Amino acid sequence: MNPAHHETDPRQLLQQMLLIRAYEEAIVAGSGTGKIPGTCTSVGQEAAAVGVVNALGADDLILTNHRSAGHLLARGADPGRLLAEVMGRSDGYCRGHSGSLHISVKELGIVLTSTIVGAELSLAPGVALSQTMLDRPGIVVCFFGDGAACEGSFHESLNLAALWNLPILYVCENNQWQAFVHRREATSREHISDWAASYGIPARTVDGNDVSAVFAAAQEAAAQVRESGRPYLLETWTYRTRGHFEPDDQAYVDPAEREAWLARDPIAMCRDRLIADGHLTPAQSAAMADKVASRIAVAQAFAEASPFPDVSELTRDVYA
Amino acid sequence: MTTLTLYDAVGAALTEEMRRDHSVLVFGEGIATKRHDLVQEFGARRVRNTPLAEGIIAGTAVGAAGTGLRPVIDLLFAPFLCYAMDELVNSAGKLRYMSGGQFSFPLVTLAMTGAGWGVGAQHNHNNEAWFVHSPGLKVVMPSNPADAKGLLKAAIRDDNPVLFFLDIGLLYQPGEVPTGEQTVPLGKAAVLRAGSDVTLVSYGKTVHHCLQAADTLAGKGIAAEVIDLRSLKPLDEAAILASVAKTGRLVVVHEANRLCGVGAEIAALVAEEAFTSLKAPVVRLGGPDAPVASSYPLEQAFVPQAEAIAAAAERLCCYQHA
Repeated sequence: MNPAHHETDPRQLLQQMLLIRAYEEAIVAGSGTGKIPGTCTSVGQEAAAVGVVNALGADDLILTNHRSAGHLLARGADPGRLLAEVMGRSDGYCRGHSGSLHISVKELGIVLTSTIVGAELSLAPGVALSQTMLDRPGIVVCFFGDGAACEGSFHESLNLAALWNLPILYVCENNQWQAFVHRREATSREHISDWAASYGIPARTVDGNDVSAVFAAAQEAAAQVRESGRPYLLETWTYRTRGHFEPDDQAYVDPAEREAWLARDPIAMCRDRLIADGHLTPAQSAAMADKVASRIAVAQAFAEASPFPDVSELTRDVYA
Repeated sequence: MTTLTLYDAVGAALTEEMRRDHSVLVFGEGIATKRHDLVQEFGARRVRNTPLAEGIIAGTAVGAAGTGLRPVIDLLFAPFLCYAMDELVNSAGKLRYMSGGQFSFPLVTLAMTGAGWGVGAQHNHNNEAWFVHSPGLKVVMPSNPADAKGLLKAAIRDDNPVLFFLDIGLLYQPGEVPTGEQTVPLGKAAVLRAGSDVTLVSYGKTVHHCLQAADTLAGKGIAAEVIDLRSLKPLDEAAILASVAKTGRLVVVHEANRLCGVGAEIAALVAEEAFTSLKAPVVRLGGPDAPVASSYPLEQAFVPQAEAIAAAAERLCCYQHA
């Protein structure tokens, strides 16, 4: 695959976003009945994940965080094995040792996932150092939120990546909320991309709910990192439409803000545009949703049938 | 054999391992400045100075170790490890387990600590027990140049994160070091002196205090066995238990503060596994629950000295059950 120039059918992007949404909704429903542990969902942020991940090549490595379902599914992770992991089953990608919060899938290049806010930023320079020193193709993409950007590790990471010329595409998914605190209460600047300039790192903010815009911006950003061997920061301006964690009544959220963002739902926007442009019929759209729903049903059945790990696994893989 | 200081023994180990394995690289606070010979031999890509930012140094090392390199990092002083705790404890120590074994972290973290330079509590804090208590990490602290070299070579080859503590007071003391390939396995204690009456277990500079105490005790007809742990995790439980089975008496000595220190674990181990061998209660000698003072007499008073060790051992040998 030539990562910088591959074409992606916008209908595939829509399909991936639908899969992510259906996956998250299955978890929300399951956590409501106690069947599935609650997670940090990425509902509302599907375009930000799908647009970036589809702009990457197979050799690129991804660091993600606790809100990772979009990145994992867009990269091609099996929803059955993901759900099995969330449910603590032995067929999960991490054998049930992770749960939802720190799922790594090395075979897909999703490495060293940590739930500690800002840890992905502290680890990314080392991953990029391995890529360059071991002469491996592929850049490093580091997904983090506006909350993580307030950690010292963000600033230390950007400084070092700029200083050591590390090929890192930093992707800040600015979803407006840092756990239970609005970003306006916590960040000194309107945009995280503003901070990149002080490290000499090129940066851009893009509408994170417009999958085509994210995809185009990410392709350009990734190409620049590949070409220059230096970092770039892309901020995807989006919104976490559900709570920090399931369950969360979101009583702290301004309803007007949430309504405004719900009116810009990334999936509805993409679907309506494809239909308006004649790339998709309403019937095809409905078929797509059905296909995704049945895939998630199969995944959930697989996860539920997967056994819990044997207790002998309690101390497995502590040491190499 | 050649004579090296502990500091130079570390340099020799780094040189040999960097020659042997091209995935080994070193970076940290001033390491390229202070060990410029490494830069000359291996180049600026493999030997790097860093910003004074322990968190990102450690995080970068963890990221590199998890994806194919074998970094050695120098964070200077052990209290600075506080800035690197997330990276070392939450990432290096846990991500192998939490990923179901997808990653390993061959990484060595160097840090100095201990009395000797009067640097005070923010440069001198024997906090090694914190890391012993953290899963996924290994911890070593050598007492002499030969072990420093051999342990560092083994630590670099180990596929786990290793915390490597250097005792400030021993750093520039010369010692005999075997030339060439010689590793000291992690998790293996050394019996430095055999004896049948009392066991003195220690690591770092207080090993030397135990040896002095053993001399004093010998003059009084008491044969002390001195064990240098060298590794705190894995802990050579077999060596400790074998010695206590022989002597029935144990004094555990370390510079680190006594409360929840490594000595507490060893005392508990012996109580659980060698209770019937014990002829007297286990004694722990360690620092007080206080930060280390800078003033020389106070700094030295923090550290268990030979006289106190000998006195404790002598008391144990006179101990009679009520």
